[in-house]
Amino acid sequence: MLIKNALLSNDTLVDIRIEGDLVVEVSPSITSEDKEIINADGARVLPGLVDLHTHLREPGREDAETVLTGARSAVKGGYTALSPMANTNPVADTAGVVEQVFRLGQDAGLCDVYPIGAVTAGLLGEKLAELSAMANSHAQVRIFSDDGKCVSDPLIMRRALEYVKSFGGIIAQHAQEPRLTVGAQMNEGAISSQLGLTGWPALAEEAIIARDILLAEHVKSRLHICHVTTAGGVDLIRWAKARGIAVTAEVTPHHLLLTDDLITGYDPVYKVNPPLRTESDVQALRAGLADGTIDIVATDHAPHPTEDKESEWQSAAFGMIGLETALSIVIKTMIESGLMNWAGLVERMSTAPARIGGYVGQGQPIEVGSVANLLVVDANESWEVNRELVSSKSKNTPFHGMVLPGVISYTIFRGKVVLRAGQHIEGTNV
Amino acid sequence: MNRHLLSIHDISAPQALALLDTASELRKISDGPMKKLPTLRGLTVVNLFYEDSTRTRISFESAAKRLSADVINFSAKGSSVSKGESLKDTAQTLQAMGADAVVIRHSASGAAQRLADSGWIAASVINAGDGTHEHPTQALLDAFTIREHFPTHQRSFAGLKVAIVGDILHSRVARSNVLLLAKLGAEVIVVGPPTLLPVGIESWPVTYSFNLDEVLGEVDVVMMLRVQQERMADSFFPTAREYSRSYGLTASRLARIKPGGIVMHPGPMNRGLEISAESADAVNSVVLEQVANGVLIRMSVLYSLLGGVPLVTEMVEADAH
Repeated sequence: MLIKNALLSNDTLVDIRIEGDLVVEVSPSITSEDKEIINADGARVLPGLVDLHTHLREPGREDAETVLTGARSAVKGGYTALSPMANTNPVADTAGVVEQVFRLGQDAGLCDVYPIGAVTAGLLGEKLAELSAMANSHAQVRIFSDDGKCVSDPLIMRRALEYVKSFGGIIAQHAQEPRLTVGAQMNEGAISSQLGLTGWPALAEEAIIARDILLAEHVKSRLHICHVTTAGGVDLIRWAKARGIAVTAEVTPHHLLLTDDLITGYDPVYKVNPPLRTESDVQALRAGLADGTIDIVATDHAPHPTEDKESEWQSAAFGMIGLETALSIVIKTMIESGLMNWAGLVERMSTAPARIGGYVGQGQPIEVGSVANLLVVDANESWEVNRELVSSKSKNTPFHGMVLPGVISYTIFRGKVVLRAGQHIEGTNV
Repeated sequence: MNRHLLSIHDISAPQALALLDTASELRKISDGPMKKLPTLRGLTVVNLFYEDSTRTRISFESAAKRLSADVINFSAKGSSVSKGESLKDTAQTLQAMGADAVVIRHSASGAAQRLADSGWIAASVINAGDGTHEHPTQALLDAFTIREHFPTHQRSFAGLKVAIVGDILHSRVARSNVLLLAKLGAEVIVVGPPTLLPVGIESWPVTYSFNLDEVLGEVDVVMMLRVQQERMADSFFPTAREYSRSYGLTASRLARIKPGGIVMHPGPMNRGLEISAESADAVNSVVLEQVANGVLIRMSVLYSLLGGVPLVTEMVEADAH
């Protein structure tokens, strides 16, 4: 396979030749007899994106998303690896469940699917799940998270951080102090006071971040903070990094763009946990992502069937889908704003997440010998988000109707085209 | 007039005054020999109550019947709603049955707006209290009652000071009243323990105080809010007695209200907690007037939303002839 006229993240224009699953040649002009020639025509060709925070709902809620439909959604968004969270039914807290999800990912064959294991049995926060068994399974789990719930017991969190050191694991914390967020519905502030919705204060996130970075320092383990949403959280992580604590952090595309004043119409499409915050938080998150305080962008892709979002705010489910819009949102918020360049985007959306997860063959620079996980995106083109046209099984996107920059035409997974001219390759995996 | 009444946010001061004026005209008719008006004959008003509230329901029912509408009471308890039927299905059922107006009381903030915005139903939606968000007809009836007692403030409440006292955080009555009173020009002071004032209150068009005694002597209207006993369990305040000592309208506090000042309460009252019996039954307590005015305001709202001709204009024309 040959990709002509590829604009790399360092702004050089090259041709890229792929044989099998590897990049075998990168140079200004390649002529070859390859059957498949893709003319990128000056569009960006980037390493495939890597998501460390995805909800795929299988097993248990296959009406919302399956591993296959989630993988289709991923390749539509330029992802070549994703990491389904453990809050399925049954919970991914045993080797059996993580291996099942891992195999479903292999069967789909569209991208790498590296399951995240639960920290505690049943996500109950009471005792550790069999972390070693998951680490030693075929799924080779390295990231553990009770995401959706916080590992709130400080002793359990300490033990988890210590325990995973034996196999190079990392604990990804959903930072939410449960007592400060009983019944919480949205960011606590001016808007919640007007709408009469129970507040989810920023400090409930920051209190756990502060505690956990101190725990990570004390036991010398690796901590990852899921979906940071507050300016205070960014400050705490910046402080921790300056102290040399092994903490990494992620931000979601929706928290880089949306704010809590969108909730005034009570449309549950904006209901998400952690909640949308204020404009000053958004600016702090963008600055944190730009300066590296926040290491990665992660989608927190959270599909829900229509009926779970088509209700009163209070009884609607938390969550938004995000795999297919993530790259466009980051282009809009970080590249077009001038806060970050393309090399920075590749680092935050591909290289760093692959490094944190230890995902072999992902997040590699586009050079000879790298695994051919690639995407082609035309940043000069824009598209209108249409929830009826998503590849995810669910339609709960808050970006419906928005015109966003960055049209993805190709996704190449381990040397195989899985998205061509923006279309799925039908028949091969279904 | 808009098609729905969901929030005081949605109506302007002139629209609010027009609703009060219509209520005044309706009272003249109600006091006359023919109590019932034929205006809404053939129209169906559904009282969709997901929360028990006998007072509000019968107030709306009475209002609709005095305008000759057909009234259907749909209570969530014992209905298919308690079996898991969604708001959408209920709404579509009411739509299929030809409801012209739906009066909704719901425990979830925003439920009325969801019903109105969703496209599930064509009827006018009237918010009869949604969670801890708003209760717009309560604010209108309170404004109507205030206007009755301050004859020099018929078109504006500028110069009037109103204290709203108690559990502001969880009160839909407070939210609607703050918005409406501010729109009409009144100066509003909300009073309560810091635990029961919402974070973000700085964005409200009010001043606030933690000290009822400091505020009491300077206000024209004291509006007491009901305090739910269960707030104690959540540590919003230590005991009922302590709450009552600090924020209850006791007899001694009643005596310090300035001459001409009135005492209001949306009901039902917790006598002995937020209001003492002496204050509840005082000559300047207007609690029962609020109840009576509630029917007039709800008539006015139904009349205006369901396409009744502007009553005031009609009367003026009738006089001219």
